[in-house]
Amino acid sequence: MIRSLLVANRGEIARRVIRTAGRLGIRTVAVHSPHDAQLPFVREADEAVALAGNTPAESYGNADAVLAAARATGVEAVHPGYGFLSENADFAHRVLAAGLTWVGPSPEVIALMGDKRNARDQAVAVGVPVAPGTSEPLADEGAAVQAARTVGYPLMVKAAAGGGGMGMAVARDEVELRAQYRAVVAFASRLFGDPGVLLERYYHRARHIEVQILGGADGEVLALGERNCSVQRRHQKLVEESPSPALDAALRTRMLTAAVTLGRAVGYRGAGTVECLVHGPPGQQDFVFLEMNTRLQVEHPVTEAVFGVDLVEEQLRAASGLAPTPGLGSRTPVGHAIEFRVNAEDPVRFLPGPGRVTRWREPVGEGIRVDAGYAEGDTVTPAYDSLMAKLVVHAGTRAEALAVAAGALAEFVVVGPRSTLPFHQDLLGRSEFARGTYDTGIVTQMRAGDPRR
Amino acid sequence: MTQQITADLVANVWKVLVSEGTVVAAGDTLAILESMKMEIPVHADGAGTVTRLAVAEGDVLDEGDLIAEID
Repeated sequence: MIRSLLVANRGEIARRVIRTAGRLGIRTVAVHSPHDAQLPFVREADEAVALAGNTPAESYGNADAVLAAARATGVEAVHPGYGFLSENADFAHRVLAAGLTWVGPSPEVIALMGDKRNARDQAVAVGVPVAPGTSEPLADEGAAVQAARTVGYPLMVKAAAGGGGMGMAVARDEVELRAQYRAVVAFASRLFGDPGVLLERYYHRARHIEVQILGGADGEVLALGERNCSVQRRHQKLVEESPSPALDAALRTRMLTAAVTLGRAVGYRGAGTVECLVHGPPGQQDFVFLEMNTRLQVEHPVTEAVFGVDLVEEQLRAASGLAPTPGLGSRTPVGHAIEFRVNAEDPVRFLPGPGRVTRWREPVGEGIRVDAGYAEGDTVTPAYDSLMAKLVVHAGTRAEALAVAAGALAEFVVVGPRSTLPFHQDLLGRSEFARGTYDTGIVTQMRAGDPRR
Repeated sequence: MTQQITADLVANVWKVLVSEGTVVAAGDTLAILESMKMEIPVHADGAGTVTRLAVAEGDVLDEGDLIAEID
């Protein structure tokens, strides 16, 4: 096992990686921006290196500065967390070229699976279903209409250069397609300087369900169940749970098998996620591959809870050339876990609401885990993402987990920044969430007709 | 009637998509703000012509700051 580790990240995920490394007797080094000097992850690391600036480009996204810190502190390995440099193949390559251990899949696998179009081609090559769509930008409106006959309606008109849910519009027929094609081309030209447009089949009332995979240094790839991440705003996740209440046993087996097939085909090592969309009415559900994340996910704790596994430890094992913990591949999930993201955002429109934390009280109790990046007195700045903490509940059944969540959410106090805690309390009161039948439209439906919006 | 479009939050101006004289429809995106790694579009409430553009890319806005006027 490696004996020292630099964590190239911040906030809750840096703290979470440092906790496992410390338990395993690994010396930890944090890097931090000037803004973050007082945060818990900096205190909890064995050593800390200050980076020069506060913007992501000057700090956690600065490959040169992070590599310099690794050399200066003499660490053996680098853990990238999520975001920032975690899916940067060039950075992974530079870490390896410096003679260090990279905690993640190889740079070649990151480049292959981190690119959406490459990943889609790879999925097709191994027989994993993908949504019908165009792989190259369309020449003009006429070409779009022609291509739509193969893709099928309803479909999504997407800016090829887009991301984060911008430059996307749904078309239900040819008339709508022509109008949306022109609108998206105009928008994408102005916003991205690239008028390229793609079409992809749109699935109404779909569920976002992803499979956790783990590739060992022995070449074996395991699937550790799935997570339902369908509670989203602006295509970003707010709540995740495992197992998914919206998946029958046969479809679950097919999805886990597909994820393992894909992982084996590319020689995946470490923790990764195969994201899928599940569509269709009960009994006729099917799935398509969306994309792969070649890193640890924000929502990994729900998998840890039901499988009794520490995914960071497994990442460190894989990076150290060790096989997964013996017996992990034959475990089945126990009980039900749900994660609620406590973001510094207003709970109605989800607009950023940073600020100084004047009061912070975390719930405690059986089946409750809180991974927090901040403590009382800390300041949540607008420079980084809005995630302040994750509340994870685990109980024997989904109904019991919901009851634990209700108590824990009521006890969780955050004063200063705005927070999504009231949203989560509203969510627990929604019948489709309580029943587990919700889909990716749930947040929009909750806010429809809300005068505060 | 003049519509005043103001910022709902403290944010950086990431992109400006109109200029003075641009004719817009209700719901058109005028600019995109950025804060906490979130991109927040600013829309026109109603149709009209942009008569005043009060921001440029890279500006830092406080809550309530004027972004544009539409007539």
